[in-house]
Amino acid sequence: MRMILIGERINGMFSDIARAISEKDPRSIQEWAKKQEAMGAAYLDLNVGPSVADRVSAMRWLVEVTQEASSLPLCLDSTDYDAIEAGLEVCKRPAMINSVPAIQEKMDRVFAMALKYDAEVIGLAMNEEGIPKDSESRIALAMELVANCDAHGIPLERLYIDPLVLPCNVGQDHGPEVFETLRQVKLLSNPPPRTTLGLSNISQGAKNRKLINRTFAVMAMACGLDSAIANVCDQELLEAVATARILLNMDIYCDSYVDVFKSQNK
Amino acid sequence: MVVEIYKEKYRGQIREVVLGATGAEGGTRSHTITVGGETTLPFLHFEGKIPNRPVVAMEVWDIVPEDWPAGLKEYFADVLNDPAAWAKKCVDVYGADLIALYFKSADPEIRDASASECVATLKKVLEAVGVPLIVYGCGNAEKDNLIIGPLAEAAEGENLLLGGAELDNYRSIAAAAMAYKHSLIAQSPIDINIAKQLNILISEMSAGLLGRIVMDPTIAALGYGLEYSYSIMERARLGALNGDKMLAMPMIGNVGHEVWNKKEAAVSASEEPGWGEQAERSMAWEAVTAMALLHSGMDILVMRHPGAVRLIKKSIDDLMKENSYATT
Repeated sequence: MRMILIGERINGMFSDIARAISEKDPRSIQEWAKKQEAMGAAYLDLNVGPSVADRVSAMRWLVEVTQEASSLPLCLDSTDYDAIEAGLEVCKRPAMINSVPAIQEKMDRVFAMALKYDAEVIGLAMNEEGIPKDSESRIALAMELVANCDAHGIPLERLYIDPLVLPCNVGQDHGPEVFETLRQVKLLSNPPPRTTLGLSNISQGAKNRKLINRTFAVMAMACGLDSAIANVCDQELLEAVATARILLNMDIYCDSYVDVFKSQNK
Repeated sequence: MVVEIYKEKYRGQIREVVLGATGAEGGTRSHTITVGGETTLPFLHFEGKIPNRPVVAMEVWDIVPEDWPAGLKEYFADVLNDPAAWAKKCVDVYGADLIALYFKSADPEIRDASASECVATLKKVLEAVGVPLIVYGCGNAEKDNLIIGPLAEAAEGENLLLGGAELDNYRSIAAAAMAYKHSLIAQSPIDINIAKQLNILISEMSAGLLGRIVMDPTIAALGYGLEYSYSIMERARLGALNGDKMLAMPMIGNVGHEVWNKKEAAVSASEEPGWGEQAERSMAWEAVTAMALLHSGMDILVMRHPGAVRLIKKSIDDLMKENSYATT
């Protein structure tokens, strides 16, 4: 399987996107959609950001204008499930729901919605009590997500478990727990769920962000990471991922393997 | 009890490559042959599509093949001096799907034949048979660079399968294929990394060539590393079926060339009494080698012995029948 890269850039946390949403000016959104597609993104993450009042209509608009510029599937990123559902209604191809924690009423809503719209789901290894400190608790929550996904009759390959990373300058002790969780998640079921991460979180607030991101990415891949929400315009990240795939015997080596990876991801 | 047959799900498909061109397509062949297109491992009809049957090409040389064993030469005794008649006999009498024409005469150490002599022979063979042609030079890279252009030009539009582009000389053959609308063989020395790299380099010259490459991974005969070839081909095919587009080419192998210079094919029963009659043994050696290669994904087998060709074509007929449990 290829490494699935989800382009993170269309997010209201970035000021150009926030402005585009508030002014209903799709240009910068569509530019980023095209640029991320050209860089090899397999999905585009869409997040309206924290400052929007009407998230439902903002998400619907964001989906519509993004689809005008790119034919990639979308990853609808919100804690507001009405906003996600509004987005799913106008998605032209099966999307990904980002995300659901292991909280029963939220799982009930999200998995039902996933079934209705043929969407994939990112499941977060957290619950009402927040992000667990250790891998055992993360895996227990992942198991709840797996069980609920399966109970809805959704194939487990359509569930992406996110073990949740904290910035390495804040929660350094979480790193090894995340790696262990990635390994164990692959043993939960057969076929196992997929795994994903919000890669840029690991370097939030740190220096050398790109170096930290790509180092973490290859270490996580060695533990079973299948996808990441990431800065796909980071060339060195793509090169590191391509190399990790060779070293993990996931792609057959040839001298042009970096170029091949970049072009095959398109 | 109903047994559910396990099916592997692949997401890749081998590219289809068309060989030859009819009048309507700019050539003079009576028909074209399509190879490739598989979506599963060889002959697993229940699991995926195998839209095109593997095919057998027979070797024709433009000189008399002095070093072929007498027991092999006897099948062609009346035509060995005439490549056109030889090709016609292979097609009409021995059922060859294609002809693989070797311009051995061009070798500076044999006759150093000129490009125009080779072109004349090519034209005669094109007239004699209607099947698509595979064209090889003499194996001397420097000389082959001189003859391949004129041969490709003389047969413009025929969609020959030109062999064999290697890592250090692929440009002249790829350029000839591009300019005169032919397909080409990308040949690598039993090395999957080079096979993939060569496909990339050729397709970088022109994206249009991507659908016209047939890979020759270089095969070995039974007893001489066949299992090594087998595993490389298998790995390439699995990679392709799992989405590696730069290995998703049909494959060709020079079975006859590898088998007939080995002692198991060349030595008489008087020299090796324990090995059995040479005629039967040598034919079996070629057939068994070819059979193993069919099962590792070979799409075009280049062979010599009419008996081995007949056996393999019959086997292909049988292997192409849908498995009876496919629908249950």
